[in-house]
Amino acid sequence: MSQYVWLIPLFPILAVLINGLFGRKYIRDKAHYLAVGSVGLSLLVAIGIFIEVAFLGGGGDYILYPWIFSGQLSVNVGFLVDPLSAIMLMVVCGVGFLIHVYSVGYMHGDGGYYRFFTYLNLFMFSMLILVLGDNYLVMFVGWEGVGLCSYLLIGFWFEKRSAADAGKKAFIVNRIGDAGFLLGIFLIFAHLGGLDYHTVFANAHNLSTGVATAITLCLFLGAMGKSAQLPLYVWLPDAMEGPTPVSALIHAATMVTAGVYMVARSNALFMMAPVSMATVALVGAATAIFAASIGLVQNDIKRVLAYSTVSQLGYMFLACGVGAFAAGIFHLMTHAFFKALLFLGSGSVIHGMSGEQDMRKMGGLRRHMPITFLTFAVATIAIAGIPPFAGFFSKDEILWQAFSSPHGHIGLWLIGAVAAGMTAFYMSRLVFMTFFGESRVDEHAAHHLHESPRNMTVPLSILAVLSVVGGWVGIPQALGGSNRIHAFLAPVLGGHGEAAAHGAVVHHPSAVAEYGLMLLSVAIALGGIGLAYQMYLRRPELPARLAQRFPGVYAALSNKYWVDEVYLYFIVNPIKRLTRSLWKFDANLVDGAVNGAGWLTLWNSFTSGRFDLSAVDGAVNGVGTLITAGGKAFRRLHTGLVQNYALAMFLGIFVLVSIYWLS
Amino acid sequence: MVPITYYLWLGAILFMIGAVGVLTRRNAIIILMCIELMLNGVNVTLIAFAQRLADLGGQVFAIFVITVAAGEAAVGLAIIISLFRNRSTLNVDEINLLKW
Amino acid sequence: MDLGFFLLFAGLAVFSALMVVTQKDVVHSALFLVSTLFWVASLYVLLQAEFLAAVQVLVYAGAIMVLILFTVLLIQMEEVQKTNPWHRQWPLALLLGPFLLLEIVLIVRRGLFPFQLGEFTSDKLAAVGNTEAFGQILFTRYFFPFEVASVLLLAAMIGAIVLAKKELGK
Repeated sequence: MSQYVWLIPLFPILAVLINGLFGRKYIRDKAHYLAVGSVGLSLLVAIGIFIEVAFLGGGGDYILYPWIFSGQLSVNVGFLVDPLSAIMLMVVCGVGFLIHVYSVGYMHGDGGYYRFFTYLNLFMFSMLILVLGDNYLVMFVGWEGVGLCSYLLIGFWFEKRSAADAGKKAFIVNRIGDAGFLLGIFLIFAHLGGLDYHTVFANAHNLSTGVATAITLCLFLGAMGKSAQLPLYVWLPDAMEGPTPVSALIHAATMVTAGVYMVARSNALFMMAPVSMATVALVGAATAIFAASIGLVQNDIKRVLAYSTVSQLGYMFLACGVGAFAAGIFHLMTHAFFKALLFLGSGSVIHGMSGEQDMRKMGGLRRHMPITFLTFAVATIAIAGIPPFAGFFSKDEILWQAFSSPHGHIGLWLIGAVAAGMTAFYMSRLVFMTFFGESRVDEHAAHHLHESPRNMTVPLSILAVLSVVGGWVGIPQALGGSNRIHAFLAPVLGGHGEAAAHGAVVHHPSAVAEYGLMLLSVAIALGGIGLAYQMYLRRPELPARLAQRFPGVYAALSNKYWVDEVYLYFIVNPIKRLTRSLWKFDANLVDGAVNGAGWLTLWNSFTSGRFDLSAVDGAVNGVGTLITAGGKAFRRLHTGLVQNYALAMFLGIFVLVSIYWLS
Repeated sequence: MVPITYYLWLGAILFMIGAVGVLTRRNAIIILMCIELMLNGVNVTLIAFAQRLADLGGQVFAIFVITVAAGEAAVGLAIIISLFRNRSTLNVDEINLLKW
Repeated sequence: MDLGFFLLFAGLAVFSALMVVTQKDVVHSALFLVSTLFWVASLYVLLQAEFLAAVQVLVYAGAIMVLILFTVLLIQMEEVQKTNPWHRQWPLALLLGPFLLLEIVLIVRRGLFPFQLGEFTSDKLAAVGNTEAFGQILFTRYFFPFEVASVLLLAAMIGAIVLAKKELGK
């Protein structure tokens, strides 16, 4: 089965070609047949491969064709099938398929229907290339591809200025990270002589710590851009301008996790560089709490989810940074399920509310949208970390690793725990404001308020089930599970931090501590939910009072710590000023030079025209005249008298013979 | 036995007399006769060599020269007749149809 | 003995040739040409080319000269005779002639190029007879050129008739 891995990206790209070429004229509103069908086929192949890898021990490196051969550099286009890519395949294809189905309902009637599915399939193709590539260059191709699709889909409604701006912002911020990634690739090639994972990881232990740190920091810069970590996270909240399925698929479930995947994939390199590990952990933890705190006060339903995504990505990096790569991937998976569900649920709400996104104008929706409400609630409990929902196992494992891993620190655990409490709070706040309480829906929207069609609710239900059971593959031993996902990923992610992951085996304090921390995190989650219940259902006036009492804090949070403003002031505006001055320079000096050159050319051509008329033409005419005169003179030789010619001939003979004689 | 050199000088003298005649006379018929003289000079040379080299090829060449001379005389005289008919002159320097 | 005959014949031939060139009257020139051709034919005899000597007399002195004389008779020569017989370029040509001759003489004095004797030595030629040997070689080795020469004569004949005949309808 694994040898058919090339089929997985093939189906979407075929659909892209067909829909992209013929969509506008011929396919139009039937584009989803091909789009959904192709992803479905990819999913079937992916399931087959996953089963083979998981239960039959299959997999391997499948080289399609040699791509670049130049000097020392030799790069193949090849697909690597191993446990890590198999899990990523399942996440990408599975969630992708559900979101494709959902999009059929959500995007129904949109003018760019075929365009949407073309982009979405192109994204699927790029993402699959990203996770399947067997070397960094192929990964980079996918990496850029998903960046492009992200840009295209954020700006999908490009006639809206904010959407077009958000697309540009995402693209430019990502570019900073991509530059870092590219530098990392160059460094890898320079120091390890190859780009395919096998060569790189086999030789990684030969790297000096300094080089390894440089490489991994460059790679992590790329991950920061793509996965929206501090300080490059700013594009992700704005990316919510795109259609909600896009937010769910690209900006929650798959693309933004590419950075986590890349770091986990490069674990051999990161393990060589303790400084980088610490950086990853710190950035992850800081992002987690930073974004969560912003999420506390946002009123736009999708923005809350966006900051939540940034925060959860921070968790994943925290896991990677403390050496628990498997935990990071585990959280990546469960997060894909419940965050996709949250986004799709919010999309369902927005759909039902005729495009309204402000939670202050919602409320009491649970009566109108029962399925959406139920699934949304499941996802909220999952992300808050209440057992036995998926989020509990993955998040708790990250916190436990942050506490107990040799790379971990109690401070990291503390940040994570606080962030977890915030997460529980803002998610519950979101649910309470949206689905409970008095309806604040305006008349017009209330009239149309309805549950979404089946092709939207069915994916929601499936994702809800996954959000519940998704975590059961990683039940820690402390709770009687066997933590299958760790064992499964161990061949790829190695034994880093594995000892700690297996619970009470090696050095961590005791099982009691693990239980205690587990209980503590559940308590924190419940506390967050309870606080939200108090503030938004029991005493709705409380938030306003709090905001009045702590105006500075509230202003900081609701304005997202003015990060955008800071960027605007310290980066964007100086660059604008610089470009403006450059433009002035261009307008004055460069244009002056150009105009001067033009004037000079004009003058030159004028004088040369004069020169041409007098000297050149004179010369030409002179030559003509000379020849005419010469002809007139010499034609006298041409007497027409044969005897003259004969005489000339004899003269010639005489001369020739003389020369012969004299020589 | 006469040295061949004498014959060659004789041939050269006849040839040059004919050539000077061709270059100096105006009358077309005389020019034609001078050409015959030149051909004779050549023939003398050919036959002298034939004898000296004991090779009859020279004589065969000479007879071909005579043949060509006969043809040339016939055509040349015909041209002269038709020329005289048209131009009423035999003076070659008055016939400059080749002039520019 | 031979040298005596050679000098005699050669002297007469050169004298006659000079007369051909210098005589004002065309008929005189023609007669001197006949004389030249005859003396040259005599030289051919000295060179053991009896057949060619006969051909020279028959064809040149007989046919060609008759043709020339007929032409002279056909054309009204009176006006032609009155004009200056010499071309304007005669001094230059006269100057050139001796010099070219001098060069030829000098080249001939240089001596012969290396060569191989053929099969028809004087003795053999004397034994076989010039005409027989000549005929043999003409009709075997030089048969093809001989045929071409006959075609050439035919073409010359047709050409002469076409050129010389009066145009019809004029």
